[in-house]
Amino acid sequence: MAAAAVHKKEALVRIARRDSMATWKSIGIRIIAVIISLVVSGFLIYAIIKENPLKVYESMWNGAFGSTRRVWITARDTMMLLCIAVGLAPAFKMKFWNIGAEGQILVGGIATAACMIYLKSLPAWLLFLCMFVASCIAGAVWGLIPAMFKAKWNTNETLFTLMMNYVAIQLTSFFVAQWENPFGSNTVGVINQGTKEGWFPPIFGQEYLLNVIIVMALTVGMFIYLKYSKQGYEIAVIGDSQNTARYAGISVRKVFVRTMLISGAICGLSGFLAVSGASHTISTSTAGGRGFTAIIVAWLAKFNTFTMIAISVLIVFLEKGAIEIASKYNLNDYVSSMITGIILFFILGSEFFINYRLIFRSKSKEVA
Amino acid sequence: MENNVAVRMQHITKAFGTKVVANKDVTLEIEKGEILALLGENGSGKTTLMNMLSGIYHPDSGEIFVDGKEVHIESPKDAYALGIGMIHQHFKLVDVFTATENVALGMDKSKAKNRNAIAKGIKEICDRYGFSVSTDRKVYNMSVSQKQTLEIVKTLYRGANILILDEPTAVLTPQETDKLFDVLRNMKADGKSIIIITHKLHEVLAISDRVSILRKGEFIGTVPTKEATVQSLTEMMVGQKVVLDIERPLIENKKKRLVVSHLSCLNKYGVRSLDDVSFDAYGGEILGVAGISGSGQKALLESIAGLQEAQDGSSVKFIDPKTGEESELVGKNVLQIKQMGVALSFVPEDRLGMGLVGSMGMTDNMMLKSYQKGVVFADRKTPKNLANQVKDELEVVTPSIQTPVRKLSGGNVQKVLVGREIAAEPSVLMAAYAVRGLDINTSYTIYRLLNEQKKKGVAVIYVGEDLDVLLALCDRIAVLCAGRLNGIVDARTTTKEEVGILMTNLRKEGE
Repeated sequence: MAAAAVHKKEALVRIARRDSMATWKSIGIRIIAVIISLVVSGFLIYAIIKENPLKVYESMWNGAFGSTRRVWITARDTMMLLCIAVGLAPAFKMKFWNIGAEGQILVGGIATAACMIYLKSLPAWLLFLCMFVASCIAGAVWGLIPAMFKAKWNTNETLFTLMMNYVAIQLTSFFVAQWENPFGSNTVGVINQGTKEGWFPPIFGQEYLLNVIIVMALTVGMFIYLKYSKQGYEIAVIGDSQNTARYAGISVRKVFVRTMLISGAICGLSGFLAVSGASHTISTSTAGGRGFTAIIVAWLAKFNTFTMIAISVLIVFLEKGAIEIASKYNLNDYVSSMITGIILFFILGSEFFINYRLIFRSKSKEVA
Repeated sequence: MENNVAVRMQHITKAFGTKVVANKDVTLEIEKGEILALLGENGSGKTTLMNMLSGIYHPDSGEIFVDGKEVHIESPKDAYALGIGMIHQHFKLVDVFTATENVALGMDKSKAKNRNAIAKGIKEICDRYGFSVSTDRKVYNMSVSQKQTLEIVKTLYRGANILILDEPTAVLTPQETDKLFDVLRNMKADGKSIIIITHKLHEVLAISDRVSILRKGEFIGTVPTKEATVQSLTEMMVGQKVVLDIERPLIENKKKRLVVSHLSCLNKYGVRSLDDVSFDAYGGEILGVAGISGSGQKALLESIAGLQEAQDGSSVKFIDPKTGEESELVGKNVLQIKQMGVALSFVPEDRLGMGLVGSMGMTDNMMLKSYQKGVVFADRKTPKNLANQVKDELEVVTPSIQTPVRKLSGGNVQKVLVGREIAAEPSVLMAAYAVRGLDINTSYTIYRLLNEQKKKGVAVIYVGEDLDVLLALCDRIAVLCAGRLNGIVDARTTTKEEVGILMTNLRKEGE
């Protein structure tokens, strides 16, 4: 009976948890991961298009930062992604799985577009304020509904917020049909194209500087809110253990609702950025999956809003670069998605080596 | 090597991470037909060592011999094939399956199909060693002791000759423990080798043939039980002389602090977890609460603390020690009780899941009690000072007061929690299983702290599981049985047997 196991050899590799790692070491591992990912995608690029990978990387860089105009577009898109991630941070820190940023962005965008269409006779500053407030309220309501249901009946917020996205998409379709311009195009077209009412005004001649200012203010504000305020403390406690929160006299339901109001409002505000500050139109693709990408940003940054800046830049850079090489080398979008995928795979994979180490079967066993 | 040795573990070393060495060059032998007690404080590496024998971990270095042959145990399956079976503290049974089905789990399909044969096999094992298992009963209908019996039978059925029991008596009453020991002796007479992991000394002396002692991962020695005493074993285990007496000061002029009457609670399934419990608690007294785990202790403390809703007709009156004013606590939540000015401190059973925030450091954990005071921003200075104070006074071992408390050892976690609750200057202090998993020195520190509070006139309610400690520490002991108060006894005059009977046999009405 015992014979079967007796001659078994020791396993070749084992996995063990690390207790902690010096910061420089963990940063080093992440840098190595990026380098390896670039090398691997280099092989891929060479295999497909027989081009020098370095040249391909160069055109990626040019795609994102090749001209002043491109730098500003990259900045604008980074700010949009960052804004959503900042909005998601308090919800996810509370372990409230807000998968509904897409919907919150869309309703924020609808509210903004509605103001631009119906209130264009208002003075510019007042119109701006209306759009700001309306987009916040719309997003907040979209966040509030699942939070209320969770607080009252303990519904699953992941499914609930996800389904709210589809409601928001249908709602957007409805309004696109309402506001169709020109008639029959099935798009809203650029709103107030001639008069630019409700468009973000250029600051110091820079079209997108206002986006940067608003989002940076939110980034700093959210950092302080989460780290130093009483409410931020409550969010952190609930995120770790709801029981501990109840024990400390924190009303978990109240915090759920309050935090989702904030989270939804900021996501709604990014709808404002998208419509008034970038595309000046609304469509079902206004959110464009960024509500999901931002979840990755928030988690990778471990809810530190300053770290989110770097991650947002990286992701937008990859996007822009991938689009550039796709058009330059006549590739279809899949190749660029593959490169982005490879790079993200290595970055996420490096977390494994930061948290775990591998132990190989020792050869010197007899000596020991 | 003598033929009588069943297992030999030689020069075993196992580390977790780079800092924690769970076992360091441990060499252990168990003979056929003997009961070996593996003794050591929590964190001394007993369970880790045994997990390596049962295939859950693998040693970093060292060899294991079974019947004189070197083996590599890569999985629990390998261990079973070698006749080694372990009964863990947390039972590994499927609740909705019957006893037979649980035994059948993990067997070859062809064998598992024949339920009748398995049931017969179970019966044979029971008759042979003096167990009783009802083969058709579902696990969720079983008591803790029955589940444990089933685990042992399951292991024997699979042909184990070497049984490892990890703290088997922790969940048993004194009577059930006696029954278990009888069975173990029968198994020993049958030639089985039994390793029993424990830190209860009197049990070691009662059941084992030899005792092996571990301290901080290191092997200290093996002694024949006949030559050992409680004092000698404690010293080997702790590494220094320890005074094993618990102080019990007598306080005159005790004043009523809490009047609990007709307190009833429902659990989440709507079943009564606490049923019509009434008692008084006095300032300057430690009131012990005894009972098998899950007899309503949790509901009792949580409903007093405002964490669980009590049923209609329940009442908990708090009598202010200064003004003599009475206030009702039932129907209030934690925050309301706090705002009423009732200084209620609570050390819950689940330290990291309820009492503390595991991912936060000491400072942020001190804030749990005080953060509400700030306007928008939480005050961090006072908690920081408090954290330093607790760290110094209770000798908390931590790299810094910012280190997440999850990373501290169990004893230090408890010091943080108790330190914070005591710093709040409570007039009622409730503590659940306050020394569970702590080493002897820390346990005695906790007893000392509780006694200090008692001397200050605090009403202390102490839910415990070790009857020896309850009998030595408390003034009175309230015994819970199946959610009801089955009697309150004077801890100075009662016996362990009396409390044990109250724990298991619910008295009928009016008796």
